[in-house]
Amino acid sequence: MKPKVAFFDFAGCEGDQLQVVNLEEELLDLLERVELVSFREAMKEHSDMYDIAFVEGSITRESDEARLREIRENAKLLVAIGACATIGGLNALKNVQDLEEVKKYVYGEDAGGIETCPTRPVDAVVKVDAYVHGCPIDRGELMEVVKALLLGKKPQIPNHPVCVECKMAENVCVFEKGQFCMGPVTRAGCGAACIAEGSICWGCRGFVDDPNTEAAEDVLRKYGLDLREIMNKFRLYTACSEHI
Amino acid sequence: MRHTRNVKLNVHHLTRVEGHGNIVVDVEKGRIRECRWEIPEAPRFFEAMVRGRMWYELHHITSRICGICSIAHTLTSVRATEAAMEIAVSPQTERLRKLAKHAENLQSHILHVGYLVLPDLMHVGSVVPLAASHRKELLTVIRIHRLSNEMSALVCGRTTHPQRIVPGGFTRLPARKELEGLKGRLEDCMADLQAVVDLVVSLASNFPSFERETEYIALVHPTEYPFCDGRVGSTDGGSREASQYREVTNEYVVPHSTAKHARHNRESYMVGALARFNVNQERLSPCAAAAAGAFGLKAVNCNSFMNNAAQLVECVHSVEDSIRLIDEILADGLRDEKFEVKPGAGRGVGVIEAPRGILFHEYEYDREGRCVNANCVIPTNQNHGNIQRDLEALLQTVLDRSDGEIELAMEMLVRAYDPCISCSTHYLDVTFER
Repeated sequence: MKPKVAFFDFAGCEGDQLQVVNLEEELLDLLERVELVSFREAMKEHSDMYDIAFVEGSITRESDEARLREIRENAKLLVAIGACATIGGLNALKNVQDLEEVKKYVYGEDAGGIETCPTRPVDAVVKVDAYVHGCPIDRGELMEVVKALLLGKKPQIPNHPVCVECKMAENVCVFEKGQFCMGPVTRAGCGAACIAEGSICWGCRGFVDDPNTEAAEDVLRKYGLDLREIMNKFRLYTACSEHI
Repeated sequence: MRHTRNVKLNVHHLTRVEGHGNIVVDVEKGRIRECRWEIPEAPRFFEAMVRGRMWYELHHITSRICGICSIAHTLTSVRATEAAMEIAVSPQTERLRKLAKHAENLQSHILHVGYLVLPDLMHVGSVVPLAASHRKELLTVIRIHRLSNEMSALVCGRTTHPQRIVPGGFTRLPARKELEGLKGRLEDCMADLQAVVDLVVSLASNFPSFERETEYIALVHPTEYPFCDGRVGSTDGGSREASQYREVTNEYVVPHSTAKHARHNRESYMVGALARFNVNQERLSPCAAAAAGAFGLKAVNCNSFMNNAAQLVECVHSVEDSIRLIDEILADGLRDEKFEVKPGAGRGVGVIEAPRGILFHEYEYDREGRCVNANCVIPTNQNHGNIQRDLEALLQTVLDRSDGEIELAMEMLVRAYDPCISCSTHYLDVTFER
């Protein structure tokens, strides 16, 4: 019997579920191997009987916790996809502000009825079995994780900094250009995609497991950078992190 | 029968749309007691979150308002920053941005019509069964979708949340060879698009015949069917500068929604492909005009279901106009242009036609280039009021049908707007200090 797969979303842009659709013809091959039983964004049918649940988005309302717990109970495996789900992501930018003031700024006098709480990643509420990091997720990495899960293996997620992949890609170091970059402390796996496009690493895959030992120390030393300074400067994606 | 009819509908989380919306209907003895379009989406507060962030981060953050129209949000954002800091961009940058916009327009529209609407027309619950029953047609749709994504990656550096588009220009350019290759593939794509147009034309009788006069708002431009430039126009006449957008959008709060509604000359208005078509029909590219003819589409068309047709017409336009743009870019020669932004205090509005309609970002910066205030007015937000009034009008005309048929018609109506609900819930009405 084909494993039953379901997709769910909480607070987010749904850009990670879009990457599933963006698998194009490969998605048809995948559908030969799994049965899609719930995917609100793409199908009317729905079933609560599923083996693997993919969850996008962060948890920003207490009322969403119950829905997430129910998904956890129904699923044998729960996979968090995208930065909002894996690390809280950009939604956590509001955590460093006064929430009542934030509500009022956006909804004015009508803010009273708006429900929100500090943003949390999925694993702050339920157990997560596998992670597909990134904003957005990489389609190739998604397929690797899916294949591993279907084979009953633990997906291999890198635990070295983006700097390692960036050097392999032979990019000019962002610090060399006088700009700032999260590469030394951010988990690799993206192939330093943003730096290759002339941008910087924004930190969307979260910190490596132990930045103190795993940081690209030669980069830090060469440019006279302090680990904590890097981790604190850019809190775009990592405001939920315990390292800050 | 009609006057004694009871109908209770509660479509909790409408499917095959982006984000969460509910349709609630209560008809007692033929009298409509309730007919409501509800938005229970979790709000994300982007406008509050960008305060204090630097100018070079703004487009990166606000791109995340929407995964599907992230190019539109990025472009609107950089244009707002450029307006605030009086940054001029080169003709090459303008052309490449238009190409990026066309790529997204094609991607978003073909996704909607091919994957989300086609199942209704073929009486199935999703695109999945079509993989077996209509494989050839589905593969055609996938081919177009793949090309649109590869075009986005080629121009912007990624299909979702682009990296190359920044205030002032592009951080990296496509290679000449890549653009030449893209042009050939776009030319080949015209036949695929024609096949999809023919298919949807053959099924178009499944769209309910429904009309409700309303106001249509879109960008207008003297020579273009505009996506990136122009004034804010209306089928009710007149136009305004983008900087005066608040006089158009006039948002207000409704109790059952985390998204606000908008009104201009009438009690509601519509934005998106049908609105653009209704305002700019005569400036469509030749093949797009022919596609409109195949659907019998003529401005001003007041059937919201025909937004699906207008999206396909725009797919043809986007491909045809992209071929023209690539020719212009290649004729002028691609140049690696240096640009530098000197941050400064100011306030600016950016406007873009996102796939789902006109989109505004407004930012205020301090002297160091730190964002002090932000406002984003999202297309779906502007459509919510029109969706509500359409639902009320449509319900009156379908009361003699079965519950299942009423539900399907109501769902199809909302789906025709291609709502992008998670975008639309962080709406605000701040007072900027002038």
